[in-house]
Amino acid sequence: MVDLIKKAKELIETSAVKVVIGYEEGTGNKTRALFVEKTEDADRLIFDSRCVQNLAAYITKKEIKDKGKMAIAATLPVMRSIIQLASEFQVNDSNLLVLGITPESKLVEFANLVEVETFVHQYQIEIDARNKEMLDKLEKMTQPERWKFWIDELAPCFKCYACRAACPMCYCSRCTVDFNQPQWIPVASTELGNLEWHLMRAIHLTGRCIDCDACYNACPLSIPINLLTKKMLLDAKEHFGGYQPALKGDHLMSTYKPDDKENFIQ
Amino acid sequence: MAEFEPKIVAFVCNWCTYAGADLTGTSRIKYASNVRIIRFPCTGRIDYMLLIKAFDEGADGIIVSGCHPNDCHYTSGNFHARRRWIMFRSLCNFTGIDTERIKFSWVSAAEGARWADIVNATVSEIREKGPYTEYHKVSRHAEKEVNHG
Repeated sequence: MVDLIKKAKELIETSAVKVVIGYEEGTGNKTRALFVEKTEDADRLIFDSRCVQNLAAYITKKEIKDKGKMAIAATLPVMRSIIQLASEFQVNDSNLLVLGITPESKLVEFANLVEVETFVHQYQIEIDARNKEMLDKLEKMTQPERWKFWIDELAPCFKCYACRAACPMCYCSRCTVDFNQPQWIPVASTELGNLEWHLMRAIHLTGRCIDCDACYNACPLSIPINLLTKKMLLDAKEHFGGYQPALKGDHLMSTYKPDDKENFIQ
Repeated sequence: MAEFEPKIVAFVCNWCTYAGADLTGTSRIKYASNVRIIRFPCTGRIDYMLLIKAFDEGADGIIVSGCHPNDCHYTSGNFHARRRWIMFRSLCNFTGIDTERIKFSWVSAAEGARWADIVNATVSEIREKGPYTEYHKVSRHAEKEVNHG
């Protein structure tokens, strides 16, 4: 990504931003986040198909925010996350500059978040065929089968919270799972506790998740936890006409319509 | 062996269903005593975590009830709750939680007889289904209770 390196150097040199967030070569054929604060570090920036980590998870972190204005190399899911975070008043134009990377791997510069929003809205959030198939398969199971599937899938989870750390939307300074009075979710890994944790995560992400799969990619055990948020995404579409991150307007779960339809309330 | 008596937890709003349940009593309508009523300021306050915890603590069935749409004491609490229930119920169903054991209803302060009907219907349905062993098997609280008799 020669363009990105050039741009990063320029931004640091002119002090337009204090830090550029991008990807660098990691270990084990994986990429990792790079925080460029000096021009010479910019040469380590890379971009390829392995760069799936959602870098937007860093922009709400205090230690990064404290550095000053940030620039971020943002793929489409990252841009979506940024718009969602902006709509939740977590970032704004004064502390963030977006260096967009299009699905065709081209660098686009945005003057402000409104331009990012316009760009993002050209693309619909789509669930890929493999996951859709999995969702259908689960849908067709009976209730006890589904219960067994999830208890078994989640049983090995040891609550490392990598899914939470990787998610840009999980920025609460104190998560419900960390509370011990009352303790909603047991600290130890238990079959039910694990289910409760993942249920809670999915519900808290309802109407906010932009389906970047960062949680699934971060999971050391590759538990398909992203299926839960994908299901919520499909339901939002079915019941409320779907959502996409937007700078203005109501959030899916913080609003209502008097004529919301359901078929289970007596 | 005695017939299985289900434990039902009812999460109700203070302004409609709780008053409705009160009316059931003052009208001297008899209904199943399996229900443990928990009063909330509004259905909008009924956190989904509470429902999950009720099963964890040994409930076999849950009733969630509040004001009819447009009757909320706080204008829109039940509308917010309805949206939340739609998503939560679907998520529960997707993870294999038996959603037939969670009953949602609107009961106004004037519907004392209706409250009795809903409780009776729920109790007889859950009694037929039996205890929620599938859930209690993995829950630490319910297990404790079994151990201590």
